[in-house]
Amino acid sequence: MRIEIENLTKTLTTVVLDRINLEIREHEFLGLLGPSGSGKTTLLRILAGLDVPDSGTVRFDGQDALSLPRERRQVSFVFQHYALFNHMTVFDNVAFGLKVRPRGRRPASDEIARRVEELLELVQLAGFAKRFPAQLSGGQRQRVALARALAIEPKVLLLDEPFGALDAKVRVELRRWLREIHDRTGLTTVFVTHDQEEALDLGDRVAVMNRGRIEQIGTPPEIYEGPRTPFVFDFLGRTNAFACEVKNGRAKLGDKNLDVPDLPDGQAIACVRPHDIVLTATAEPPSDDALLPGDAVVRFLSVLGPTVSVELLHERELIEAVISREQLKQLDLEVGSRCRIRLRLPTIFSKAEVDQEKGRSEPTKRHRLRWLRRRRK
Amino acid sequence: MVDLAARIEPRHARPQASPLPLRESRWLRAVLIGTALLFLLLFLILPLAAVFTEALREGVRVYFAAITDPEAVAAIRLTLVTAAVAVPLNMLFGIAAAWAVTKFEFGGKNFLITLIDLPFSVSPVIGGMVFVLLFGLQGVFGPWLMAHDIKIIFAVPGIIIATLFVTLPFVARELIPLMQQQGTAQEEAAWILGANGWQTFRRVTLPNIKWGLLYGVLLCNGRAIGEFGAVSVVSGHIGGLTNTMPLYVEVLYNDYAFAASFAVASLLTLMALATLALKTVLEWSAGGGRPDAPIH
Repeated sequence: MRIEIENLTKTLTTVVLDRINLEIREHEFLGLLGPSGSGKTTLLRILAGLDVPDSGTVRFDGQDALSLPRERRQVSFVFQHYALFNHMTVFDNVAFGLKVRPRGRRPASDEIARRVEELLELVQLAGFAKRFPAQLSGGQRQRVALARALAIEPKVLLLDEPFGALDAKVRVELRRWLREIHDRTGLTTVFVTHDQEEALDLGDRVAVMNRGRIEQIGTPPEIYEGPRTPFVFDFLGRTNAFACEVKNGRAKLGDKNLDVPDLPDGQAIACVRPHDIVLTATAEPPSDDALLPGDAVVRFLSVLGPTVSVELLHERELIEAVISREQLKQLDLEVGSRCRIRLRLPTIFSKAEVDQEKGRSEPTKRHRLRWLRRRRK
Repeated sequence: MVDLAARIEPRHARPQASPLPLRESRWLRAVLIGTALLFLLLFLILPLAAVFTEALREGVRVYFAAITDPEAVAAIRLTLVTAAVAVPLNMLFGIAAAWAVTKFEFGGKNFLITLIDLPFSVSPVIGGMVFVLLFGLQGVFGPWLMAHDIKIIFAVPGIIIATLFVTLPFVARELIPLMQQQGTAQEEAAWILGANGWQTFRRVTLPNIKWGLLYGVLLCNGRAIGEFGAVSVVSGHIGGLTNTMPLYVEVLYNDYAFAASFAVASLLTLMALATLALKTVLEWSAGGGRPDAPIH
């Protein structure tokens, strides 16, 4: 089912959704990514019919979904904490959507039993029909919730933080498995998450939301490699920020002048991921990456499995770099040693844009703009 | 110096390792438990025993004569009828109120919750008076009721209304915190899956609240059977017609028919004890049943 969302607005005490426009393609697996309070869950609940927008339209295959009766919406929803019926067995939970159908459309009880068995097979819980939810692990409950949602044969599956309550290992397993189910059933799936890794790993496309608006939408590589706003850049990973100057469409960063045709003249900020900070022993040989003037001093080293996180001090600012163990050995770095810094793939935003984001974001937000904090030091 | 330190140290350590603080609390515990037991004995068990001994003082024959007296039978019947009408009505009201308060958002919600508590905070006598003022001869609706030959005050309807008023909060009070804690996710899930309002209530909400509901109904029932103050005001004490059991007990007592009075009182006590026993059984089966059974 194709979903078109136009100018969707909802205001509670504050603006929750601010003129959302979004098209979800048939059979697409779309991730809604954003911090808490960004409106992503509200958007999902409106799609499900659990919430009503103040204005705007939602169309399912061209039909106005907001006035569509529930049984013709063909939407199913997996709740954040599953909302399983605790007093029913796994079987009865999964069968619920079929048993409550009006008599004319209700399958016979042996047909229901067969369908439930099939679904439990699909979610790999074949032997668990007689258990109660309290007797299952978190991952198993999640799979029961999914089987229950699929039982009503929806065209659209909506998932609210589907893996939020699970531990890291189960989460990754379930992620792959959910993707498989999506591919096999031909559903249109929308899921909400605040975990950027999950969104990028799972979605065909990802919509990054912030304060009720969609900041950017695209495939995971598009989003990760070409973040269009400072917020998206910062939300998708750790960020180093460097002040630079734009003049006539060119930004001066270290020893390089980079083309930035879209940016106005004036102060700008170059953002670089920790793994795009290249450490070298000397300024030679020259490369395409911008070389910062002067030495940096290693302040702290921590080995994280195959990679090493290096904290450096350069011109009174802290810089975080992630390098491989081999590089660490080659450079022979330890706390206190000196090296040069090159910046690979900087993304440059005008300072006005970043300041605007800073002004809007509250200091208590979990995903505040880290570079601003760092620059103040 | 070293020796001294070595000798002091274990002594310092001893209070933590030895059961000294426990010994203190054991003494304290004995006092507390003793006090509690004494209170229990004085204020619960002794009166209860007194009721039954007084009732049987003049023999079993007198006892049975007292409770099979036509007026006694009428009082028993009236009490049972009152409870049979008031309890289901308040059960419905309690469920509806709790459902509205916990599953929906609307203005004046806190006011409604406070209002539901009103019968608890107002003296039952005032509860009765209010209805006399409303439906009595000199009351607001009195002349109209009179003209249409409808008797509420000093009749059975008044007794039922007064009982309804007094027992109104029991079920709602029991359900509201329970349903608040359960939230609305399961109802939303049922709605998404296609259940209509009644199916959602019967298959999802009701099973989740059934223990709380039964508990509230039992408390409500206990009070409905035992209510004295409000009912006394609206009853008029017409023997064989508008005397409930508690009122009849008082009438007998005032007539110096002590044995008969206590006999009826003992019946009333037995009803209360049965309610209590049922409640305990329910609690036990809710808590000690299957590990997967819903605990509410």
